[in-house]
Amino acid sequence: MVDTYRLRSPLAHLHLDARAHEEADISGTGVVMKEIPYRGLINIRGDAADSAFVDAVQKAVKLSPPVDANTVAGKANTTRIMWLGPDEWLVITSPQGADRAMKALWKNLKTDGLHAAVTDSTQARTCIEISGPRAREVLQKGCSLDLHPSVFGPGQSAQTIVSKVAVMMTQTAAARNGDPTYELYPLRSFATYLWTWLEDASQEYGLKVG
Amino acid sequence: MFLINCPFCGEREEKEFSYGHEAHIARPENPENLSDAEWADYLFMRKNTKGVHLERWVHTAGCRRWFNMARNTHTNEVLAVYLMGEQPPKEIRDMIDGKKKS
Amino acid sequence: MSQTHRLHDGGRIDRSQQIDFYFNGKLMSGYRGDTLASALLANGVMLVGRSFKYHRPRGIVTAGTEEPNALVQLERGASTISNMLATRVPLYDGLDASSVNCWPSPTYDVMAVNSLFHRILPAGFYYKTFMWPVSGWKVYEHFIRRAAGLGKSPEVPDVDTYDKMNAHADVVVVGAGPSGLAAARAAAATGARVMLVDEQTELGGQLLNERFEIDGKPAMDWVADVESELMANPDVTILKHTTAFGYYDHNFLGLIQNRSENVAFGQDDRTRQRVWRVRAKRVILATGAIERPLIYSDNDRPGCMLAGALRAYVNRYGVSPGKRHVIFTNNDDAYRSALDLKAAGCVVAAVVDVRKDPSGELVTQAIEAGIEVIDNSAITGVLGTKRVRGIEVMKLNDEADGVTGTSRTISCDTVGSSGGWNPVVHLHSHSAGKNTWRDEDGVFVPGDTLQAEACCGAANGSFSLAQALNEGDFAGIDAASHLGMTAKKRPAVPTANSDVDETPWRTIWYIPTTKPAGQRGKHYLDQQNDVTVADVQLAAREGYRSVEHAKRYTTLGMATDQGKTGNIPGHAILSAALGQTIPQTGTTTFRPPYSPVTMGALAGRAVGEFFDPIRRTPMHDWHEQAGCLWEDVGQWRRPWYYPADGESMQDAVSRECLAVRNAVGMLDATTLGKIDIQGPDAAEFLNRVYTNAWLKLAPGRCRYGLMLGEDGMVMDDGVTSCLGENHYLMTTTSGGAPRVMAWLEEWLQTEWPDLKVYLTSVTEQFATLQLAGPNARDLLSEFTTDIDLDNDAFPFMSWQDGTVGGIPARVYRISFTGELSYEINVPASCGLSLWTDVMNAGEKYGITPFGTETMHVLRAEKGFIIVGQETDGTITPIDLGMDWIVSSKKPDFIGKRSLSREDTARPDRKHLVGLRTADPEEVLPEGGQIVAETRPQPPMDMIGHVTSSYWSAALGHSIALALVKNGRGRKGDTVYVPTGDKTVACEIVEPVFYDPEGSRLNG
Repeated sequence: MVDTYRLRSPLAHLHLDARAHEEADISGTGVVMKEIPYRGLINIRGDAADSAFVDAVQKAVKLSPPVDANTVAGKANTTRIMWLGPDEWLVITSPQGADRAMKALWKNLKTDGLHAAVTDSTQARTCIEISGPRAREVLQKGCSLDLHPSVFGPGQSAQTIVSKVAVMMTQTAAARNGDPTYELYPLRSFATYLWTWLEDASQEYGLKVG
Repeated sequence: MFLINCPFCGEREEKEFSYGHEAHIARPENPENLSDAEWADYLFMRKNTKGVHLERWVHTAGCRRWFNMARNTHTNEVLAVYLMGEQPPKEIRDMIDGKKKS
Repeated sequence: MSQTHRLHDGGRIDRSQQIDFYFNGKLMSGYRGDTLASALLANGVMLVGRSFKYHRPRGIVTAGTEEPNALVQLERGASTISNMLATRVPLYDGLDASSVNCWPSPTYDVMAVNSLFHRILPAGFYYKTFMWPVSGWKVYEHFIRRAAGLGKSPEVPDVDTYDKMNAHADVVVVGAGPSGLAAARAAAATGARVMLVDEQTELGGQLLNERFEIDGKPAMDWVADVESELMANPDVTILKHTTAFGYYDHNFLGLIQNRSENVAFGQDDRTRQRVWRVRAKRVILATGAIERPLIYSDNDRPGCMLAGALRAYVNRYGVSPGKRHVIFTNNDDAYRSALDLKAAGCVVAAVVDVRKDPSGELVTQAIEAGIEVIDNSAITGVLGTKRVRGIEVMKLNDEADGVTGTSRTISCDTVGSSGGWNPVVHLHSHSAGKNTWRDEDGVFVPGDTLQAEACCGAANGSFSLAQALNEGDFAGIDAASHLGMTAKKRPAVPTANSDVDETPWRTIWYIPTTKPAGQRGKHYLDQQNDVTVADVQLAAREGYRSVEHAKRYTTLGMATDQGKTGNIPGHAILSAALGQTIPQTGTTTFRPPYSPVTMGALAGRAVGEFFDPIRRTPMHDWHEQAGCLWEDVGQWRRPWYYPADGESMQDAVSRECLAVRNAVGMLDATTLGKIDIQGPDAAEFLNRVYTNAWLKLAPGRCRYGLMLGEDGMVMDDGVTSCLGENHYLMTTTSGGAPRVMAWLEEWLQTEWPDLKVYLTSVTEQFATLQLAGPNARDLLSEFTTDIDLDNDAFPFMSWQDGTVGGIPARVYRISFTGELSYEINVPASCGLSLWTDVMNAGEKYGITPFGTETMHVLRAEKGFIIVGQETDGTITPIDLGMDWIVSSKKPDFIGKRSLSREDTARPDRKHLVGLRTADPEEVLPEGGQIVAETRPQPPMDMIGHVTSSYWSAALGHSIALALVKNGRGRKGDTVYVPTGDKTVACEIVEPVFYDPEGSRLNG
C-alpha cells in the first residue's frame, strides 16, 4: 500500500470532509451525499455457465457472480459482486480488501484452461453515496430508469446514465426509516461534474454532506 | 425517444444505445479473392428500407453488448430483438417476405 | 382604472386578495385566481394588441390556450419573455405585461398604415414580392422583420433556472376535465401508478367554466372530492399548470410544468419551469375540445369572442366581458353562454342563430328568460374598429350561401360566436394517430393509433357531460386491465345531473354578406397571421391543391397558436374552393409542441458548467494553479500551455519546446486511452486490427500500431505493450478512446466470437506522467532504485515495473517528441503527489511543464502524425508515407483489401509532405489551401492543404505538414498558399524537420 498521505480521491479538492464536519446534523434534510473513495473495484470477465469459472470466483471472494441481470450479490459494506453484463461483473470490496481480492482473483481465475479476465479498476472510479427521503427524486432528474421502489429496490443495480455521465449504480438496503440509499460509481474524471450536478439538483430539497 | 429492450439489461431509453448499421452483413472470408466491385458491395452498399429493417445496435451505456433488432422504419415499432449470430424470428422473416403484415 | 367589468359576486377568484399589476405601463388591479386576460377584461381592457401583417387592432378572443390575439411581452430585462398568452398567465403581484407588435401602443399604432394597403398584401405577398432580385432579400428582410416581429427576445441572460424530471407511470391521463378525472379515478382504483396532467392551475377542465352538477352536487365539489381521493393515493401524481406538449414514439410524453405560478420570475428558489420526460405504459387523452368561431365579416374586431369564452369569464372569473352581448351560433351549446350571462345580470341583446326554428331545451330556456332569438340569420357586418359598436344582421337564403332582405343593426360591444367544437386531437396526431372525419357535425375525431393509447370525452368527439364521464371511467378501467390490473372495489360511475338534449349543429363554414368574400370586410380564419377566407380562396385559384402547400403559402395556422381555432374552418374553405370534401383535403399534420415551450425549459440545467461534463485528470488542480490555458480534447480538459506573466502564447510554447529539447519537460498524458486485453487469442486479435505484425511481441516490449477502418483509411494509432503471456495493454488517442473500444468490441462480438479475448478499459486507472528531454533519465533516477534506467537494460520501446517515489509504477520508454522519454504510470490517486514531487526535484534539471500545443510542435518537428489532424477519414497509411508499418506478409487485417482498390491505389493521391516557407519567419495558416501556380484571382487549382503549422523554436524557422496531390512526386517544387491578403511561397520537403536520424532518442 502507498502511504495514505500521497492518495488524493477524485473529489478531495471539494473538501467534503470539512463540509461534513460543519453540517454534522443531517436530520430533517432531504438529501445526504458523500464520497466513499478507494473501494476495491475489480472487473472480472468469464463464462457464468462454466462451473470452473464460478468456482474460481467463489473461492477467491466467497461469493458467486450473480447471473440475474441488474442485481448485486452480497451485503452492503461487505464484498459484493455487481452484474455488468452477460459475461462481466464488478467485484466491490472494502479499501483494505482490494489488494487481497485482486491477488486472489488473479490467482484463481488466471489458470490454465480457464478463459477469464481480471482487471483492477479500483483507481478508475469513486463511489458517490446519495441517500435521504428525496434522493430518488434527485436521481430521477438525470436518470431515465424507473427508480420506483417496486422496480429498483435494494440489491438492484444498473449501468446507465445520470446527467450525461455513465455510472454503475446500485441501491443498497433501504435505511430503517425507509429512505433509499444509492451508490453511484462514475469514472473518476467525471466525478466532479456528477457531484456538482447532483448538488445542484438537490438544492430544493436541502442537501447536506454526510 | 425509443424504448429499446436490451436482450441483457431490459428496457432502456434509446440514448443509452448506439445504432451500428444494417444487420447480417458478414465480412467476406477471403477479401483478397474479391473483385473491387464485390468488395465495394460489402463495404458500402446498404438497404434503405421503408418497413421492416434488420439492424445492429449496441447498448453503449449499459452492458456494451451488440445485438440485432428488427424495426419498422416507417412506424418505429421495435418488432424483435435477438442475439448476434441468430437469425430473425420467423414472424419477422414472414413480414419481410410479405407473408405477414407488420 | 377600476374594475368596471367585475361582477358583484361569483367566480372562483379570491376577492379578499387584491393583486396590482401593470399593463402597457398602466397600474391596474385584479384578484387572486384571475388570469391576466380576465383581469384586463375586468378593467375594461379588450384591445390588447395588433395583428401581424395589417396591424389591425385585436382583442381577447378566448379564455384558454387557443387564444390567437392576446399575446403579451411579460416582464422586462433578464426576465422578459415574449408571446405569453394573457389567457394562460395567472395574475401575480407586480406582473408587468405589454402588448406585442404595436408601437407606440395598441390604440395608436404607426404600422396600422399597412391595413390601407391590404389589396397589395394578399396571400403569398412576401414570396411574390421579395424574390427578385435575390440579393435584395438582405435589404427587405431588415425592414420586414422590424415591422412584423411578434415580441422581443431578451438581450441579457435569463435569470431563471429550469430543470427536468424523468417519470414513469402505468397510466398517464392528459386533461383533468370530467373525462380525465373519471379516467384517473378509475385507473387509480386498480392500484395502477397514475399520472394526471392538466395545463390549468386548477383541476376541472371545462367544468371550471360551467354551472354543471355531478353526483347531485355542484361539479366543482365533485372535482374537489376526486382530487382529495387521488391526492391520498401515493401511487398517483397530479401535475397542475403542466402542459403535455408532445407525444412521441413508444408512449413517451413531454410535459412542461410551471412551478412559479403567481410568483414573479426570479423570485422563487425553485426552478421556474420543469420539463417532465414521461414514459407511460398506457396513455389516456382527455384533452377536451376547442370551440371554433363562425367566420363572419370583420370577425376580428375587438369584442368578437368565442361564445364559450364569455361564460368562462362570467362563471369562473366573475367578469362581464362587455356591457351588451350578442351570441352568434350554429348550435345549442352557445345558448348556455346567453343563459349564464343573463343569470349573472349581464345584458344579452340577442342570440343570432344560423338555424331555422331552433328548438332545443336550451333555446327554450333562453326564450323563457326573455332573450331575443333571431333565427336563420347571419351577422353580415361589424361596426366599430377598436371595439365592437354593433352588428348588422340579415336573413340567410335557402342555400345559406347568401343573405336576403334588409339588414338590421343591433347595438352591442361584444359578440360571442360558436361554430361547434373541435376535439383536441393534437397529441393523438403527434404519435402518428390517424383522425377520421365525422360528417354529421363536421369534426375530426381520433382514429387508429400505434400507441397504447385511448381518447375519451370531448377529445373523442363525445361532447355531452354524461358521455365524457362514462367514457373516462371506461378508459381508466380499460387501460388498467391492459396491464392486468383490476379494482377490488370499483368506484361508481359519476352521473351528470345537468345534461339536456341538444339539437344538431348546422355547419356553415363561411358566413356570407351581400358581396363576395373580401369585398365587404374581412373574414378572418387565422387572426394571428392575418389569413382571411379571401387569401385561402386565392391560394386555391393559384393552384395550391395540397393542404400542406396552401398552409405554407397563406401561412394559415403557422403562428404561435398553430391555428387552434381557425384551421378546420380554413380547410373547409379550401375544400369548398377546390370543389372537394374536407376528408379529401385532409388536415395538416399536427406536430409538437402543442403550445409554445420556452427554450430555457428544453435546455433545463444543461447550461453553463452543466452543459457538458468536463473530465479532469488527477493533476487538474496543479495545472489550474500553475495558470495553464486549457484545450478541450473530447470531454477531457488538458493543459494547452502554461504562460508565465505577460508571456504570449508563442513565447510560452517556444520556451516549453526549448526546455524539452535542451533540458526536460513534463506532460500530463493521463488522457490517452488504455485498453487491457486478456485471453489466449489476444495476439491474433491485435494482428487483425493493426496493420503490422503482432504475433511475436515479447513480454516487456512495446510496439506502435496503426488501425484502419475497413475502408483502408487511418482510424487511430497508439502503442501497445505485451504485459505477459496473453496479456496486452493498448493505448489509443485521447479523443478516440471510447470509439476505438466500441469498434474493437464490435469485431469481437460480431465477426470473431470464436476469439478468446476480453477487453476492459483502464484509461482512468492510471495517472500518466510523461518526462521528455535529455535530462529525463537523470531526473527519473532520483525517484527509483528498482528500475535500471540504463539504455541497454531499459531500451527504447520497452517497459518496466518498479516503484517511482515509493509508488508502484509501470514505466514505458516511448517517445512522441523524439527526445529521451519515459511515461510513468501510477495509481490515479497518487498522480498529483508524484507530479508535485517530480516538479520540485526537477528544478535543478530545468524541468518545465508543457501542454498539448508544445507536444504538437515537437511531434511535428519529427514528422509524427496526429490522427484527426494529418488524417480526416480519407487518408491511407500509404498516403502518409507509412508503408513501413503495413505488413505485406499478413494475409489479412482490417482495411487491407481496401488498400488495393482502384481509388486507394492511385499514384496521384494526396501525400503527406513537409513545407518550408521561402520566408523562414512566415507561419502558414493551418487549413490553408495549396496551389501549384498562382493566378491574379480565383479560381485556382487546389492541390492540397496545410494540416499542421508551427514556429519551431529549436530550428529557428517555421515548419508545416501538408497533404498535397502527388506530393512525393513534387519534392523540391515550389507551391503557394494564398492567405487572403498575400500569397506565401513554399518548397515541398521531407516531412521530418528535426533529428531525422533519431539520435536523440537515447538521451
